[in-house]
Amino acid sequence: MLYREAGDFKTSYASDNQTFPIRFDRTAYWAVMAVAFLLVPMVLTDYWANSIVIPFLIYVIAALGLNILIGYTGLLSLGTAAFMAVGAYSTFKLTTAFPEMPIYIVFILSGLVTSAVGVLFGLPSLKIKGFYLAVATLAAQFFLIWLFTRYGWFFNYSSTGQISMPERTMFGVVITGASASSTAVYFTCLIFTVAMAWLARNLTRGTLGRTWMAIRDMDIAAEIIGVNPLIAKLSSFAVSSFFVGVAGALTFAVYLGAVEAGEAFGINKSFLVLFMVIIGGLGSILGSFLGAAFLVVLPVLLKLLLVDGLGWPSDLARHLEIMIIGALIIIVLIAEPHGMAALWRTVKEKLRLWPFPH
Amino acid sequence: MKMTKIAALVAAAAIATPVVAQDLHFPMLNYRTGPFAPGGIPFADGYQDYLTLINERDGGIGGLPIRTTECETAYNTERGVECYESIRGDSPLIVQPLSTGITYQLIPRVTEDGVPLHTMGYGRTSAMEGETFPWVFNYPANYWDGASVAINYLLDQNDDSLEGKKIVLIYHNSAYGREPIPTLQNLSERYGFELVEIPVDSPGQEQSSQWLQIRRERPDYVIMWGWGVMNAVAIQEAANIRFPMENFIGIWWSGSENDVVPVGAGADGYTALTFHGVGTDYPVYDDIQTYVVDRGLAAGNGDQIGSAVYSRGLYAAMLAVEAARTAQELAGHAQITPAEMRAGMEALSISEERLAELGLPNFSAPFDVSCQNHGGSGAAMIQQWDADTQTWSLITDWIDSDRELIGELATADAAAYAAENNITPGCL
Repeated sequence: MLYREAGDFKTSYASDNQTFPIRFDRTAYWAVMAVAFLLVPMVLTDYWANSIVIPFLIYVIAALGLNILIGYTGLLSLGTAAFMAVGAYSTFKLTTAFPEMPIYIVFILSGLVTSAVGVLFGLPSLKIKGFYLAVATLAAQFFLIWLFTRYGWFFNYSSTGQISMPERTMFGVVITGASASSTAVYFTCLIFTVAMAWLARNLTRGTLGRTWMAIRDMDIAAEIIGVNPLIAKLSSFAVSSFFVGVAGALTFAVYLGAVEAGEAFGINKSFLVLFMVIIGGLGSILGSFLGAAFLVVLPVLLKLLLVDGLGWPSDLARHLEIMIIGALIIIVLIAEPHGMAALWRTVKEKLRLWPFPH
Repeated sequence: MKMTKIAALVAAAAIATPVVAQDLHFPMLNYRTGPFAPGGIPFADGYQDYLTLINERDGGIGGLPIRTTECETAYNTERGVECYESIRGDSPLIVQPLSTGITYQLIPRVTEDGVPLHTMGYGRTSAMEGETFPWVFNYPANYWDGASVAINYLLDQNDDSLEGKKIVLIYHNSAYGREPIPTLQNLSERYGFELVEIPVDSPGQEQSSQWLQIRRERPDYVIMWGWGVMNAVAIQEAANIRFPMENFIGIWWSGSENDVVPVGAGADGYTALTFHGVGTDYPVYDDIQTYVVDRGLAAGNGDQIGSAVYSRGLYAAMLAVEAARTAQELAGHAQITPAEMRAGMEALSISEERLAELGLPNFSAPFDVSCQNHGGSGAAMIQQWDADTQTWSLITDWIDSDRELIGELATADAAAYAAENNITPGCL
């Protein structure tokens, strides 16, 4: 009834092509934006910001990046965490070398550095694909982490190999370091997440996105109709790594404040982001949000429910949490192998017809 | 006399602040799950049991009961941060994360929030420089002390000369395992031994290539900085290549029963450092039996009591309780704040008499904490495993570390930290 196309006339080419063709979706989108920018900062506590909202927003960026690579271009990568580490270490090197540089610029430059590294490691994708490419990117994972723990230049020769983020400001507001307010950090992450999601959405429905999808669906056919696989694959690696690099930079600079490559950006983190993309939905922007929420927010909520709500022992709750999340992953994938975004698509189809399904 | 004085203070405090809940919050950032649970569980049990003992036997500290909260970190830094965020508004008196990685996350946060952080025998070594790290304490000993004590012990075994010897450091490839490297490199230059560093990636279940390398290097001694499952695997591998166990020295985190028991007879003679006594021959264990175990209040499964890492958890709790007591005396009231707790930790004095009073005679080396020195004495002993009796025994007396050298290195590292973070060193 509310959710329908009827009566929503498209009079121009632009309005026919818009991201949300249904009025209800557009209203919901602006409502979510208003809540995120106006309401949430007022009610957000430090705990909710630092344990749930900020990691969620950062993982959304990482999942968006990986989704471009896997979901839109069909190139399997297991090196996500290593590319996040590239972003984190670039931020550290840039901000310690040029303390005056505005921190947002540092984040974007770190993304560009990661882009370059991503293109380098994306070169094998021209020759190999599928599982073989996954193994090649796995090499990136191990090589980069080894590099960051082995060579002192990357961590400014600190005795333990840890890098710590010094205090930095943007427009006079402290963004990084322990004295940064959770509101400032929240806005930083929110601005980057919204901008990146907007970028991802518009890239994927433009020429570039269409060449990626052509390569994904059948690379030989794409080549025959004139898609250059070199440009398509490498641009996909570049854009994907840019997103992942920014996510790594934010993880280090505003979320954790101090990281150690092997611990914070290990292979487990690569798998975590991969699961987000698969569970959320391959080739879907919304899926990246849903996947990140599922794997970042749900465990913390479960912990809050079991330990603080029901008063169960924390180790029992942790074991249960592993089991519950595992079971939910299996259930979601059986119910909808194409991820939670596909589930939402089905719901939308139903909603359009409701309450008269025939 | 003293008790009546404290009781009077408690009464005065009770009158002064009538509504606020009267207890002392001791949060516990434990890990009873994950690959490091073999180390996390006994420590958590020991810590909790001692606090339960204080509540049951003495009715708390200065008349106020201790309230504990538990949060599971799984030795994961992101979860550790989440845990810290969940308790930091609840006036936590002392935070002990039992993880060097989490410690690095927390140092700037506790400094900002004004919460005392105690990293006993782990964490950032240069935090012993109290003027740069006013909220962080790592008494009674740190990793550089451990490295220095191990080398001093070897010097003692070799008539004060390690010239031409080859020593392998096998370490957990993390901030924790890399801590001792600068000190060992420095000592290797000074004493003329060759240092070979071999990293093991976390969690360390697979070490065959590392031990192949060790067999090729033919070292005189192997020093290990391991934790969790890595320890038992390393000791097993050492037994497999028939490396003489008495020449294999672990840091204190590589010296628990869980590390050696799985290896069986092969682990006989393995040595490890420790900064406190071992075994259950201390009067405090009788009290734990009476007040905690017999009342069914033992933490966890209750099967860790008396193990090496359990004793360490108990020791950490004892130091925390003593610091709180000192803080109450300094503040003049029982309901102390985290800032008053910090002052208590800085004024902490552990003497032999006090240890005996607490039922832990000669359990640790006596030490005093001051504003300049947050690092304690730095002394440690060597314990050796006997596979037949399944016990650790102490084979040396207290061995002092080279505090002159360590102080020099720590001052340099702390100065670099202060410069990076715009800190002006000074006493609070």
